[in-house]
Amino acid sequence: MASEDCQDARIARIAAAIRAIPNFPKPGILFQDITTLLLDTRAFRDTIDLFVERYKDKDISVVAGIEARGFIFGPPVALAIGAKFVPLRKPNKLPGEVISEEYSLEYGKDKMEMHVGAVQAGERALVIDDLIATGGTLCAAISLLERVAVHVVECACVIELPELKGRERLGDKPLFVLVDAA
Amino acid sequence: MSACRDEDPRIHGIKTKIRVVPNFPKPGIMFQDITTLLLDPKAFKDTIDLFVERYKGKNISVVAGVEARGFIFGPPIALAIGAKFVPLRKPRKLPGQVISEEYILEYGRDCLEMHVGAVEPGERALVVDDLIATGGTLCAAMNLLECVGAEVVECACLIELPELKGRGRLKGKPLYVLVEYQ
Repeated sequence: MASEDCQDARIARIAAAIRAIPNFPKPGILFQDITTLLLDTRAFRDTIDLFVERYKDKDISVVAGIEARGFIFGPPVALAIGAKFVPLRKPNKLPGEVISEEYSLEYGKDKMEMHVGAVQAGERALVIDDLIATGGTLCAAISLLERVAVHVVECACVIELPELKGRERLGDKPLFVLVDAA
Repeated sequence: MSACRDEDPRIHGIKTKIRVVPNFPKPGIMFQDITTLLLDPKAFKDTIDLFVERYKGKNISVVAGVEARGFIFGPPIALAIGAKFVPLRKPRKLPGQVISEEYILEYGRDCLEMHVGAVEPGERALVVDDLIATGGTLCAAMNLLECVGAEVVECACLIELPELKGRGRLKGKPLYVLVEYQ
């Protein structure tokens, strides 16, 4: 396990590699852009390593990643810990039989889908996305997995926006993040 | 399904994990579903390993992945070969300044975007997607990279649909695939 100093240095580099873009997708929103992190090979490697170090001995057999940026971070973690990767997708993208979970957006609703049979009852799962804001999307992901009797061990994100209180919305589900963006 | 790399024993395991879903997204289409491959950690790892073995040591500094399934395979390859990962996205998803390339679909058009500044002139790039059909998407991806002065070394996909002749639409650039679906 890395020492405190080593961990802090990695986190600092990761935080510095994330770009904040004002007024995207609309005025007043400060968008946390992880694409610049993906251009820094060492920081991207460190991001994955920090998750892998945390989860590799936790008997996790499923990493569920939320479309689309969860598809960037989830698979490398899954591969490193020997878990399967399950994509959680927008409607009508997954070709086989799916289960759906509807969730609320600021204006309106959206739906998240998972393939039937991707996960088995009793499996231990991680949910990964790039960022947690209000927690609505992560809650929908947790619901999908729990409906098929999977135990969601933790949610993992690169960034948290603490002012939006997503952590509270997850209730008793633990959340692990690398960077807070105040 | 026949394989392009019959000599490698890992290919058989990979091709048996790809699920064909008939009549998706519409009647007559046999959809090649890679999500079942992602449920088999060994087959998923073998897939990545085959690409990494081909591309490490080739001085590739950019892996560009096409949204969304290219986001699943591109990053693990990028991380293993020490390249940056550049997401190529549908319109209005990337928050910063972008360049766009329009391309033709069966009915209508679509557009692929890349962040300005993600790639420098002279960089050597790989384009990764799960599947090549007509080659329209990959061609748009290549155009984006060449537009900023990068050299596209090769396009890499898990699956090729040879009847759709995508291979010949890549402006003379090589294509590497693991399996063909006849």
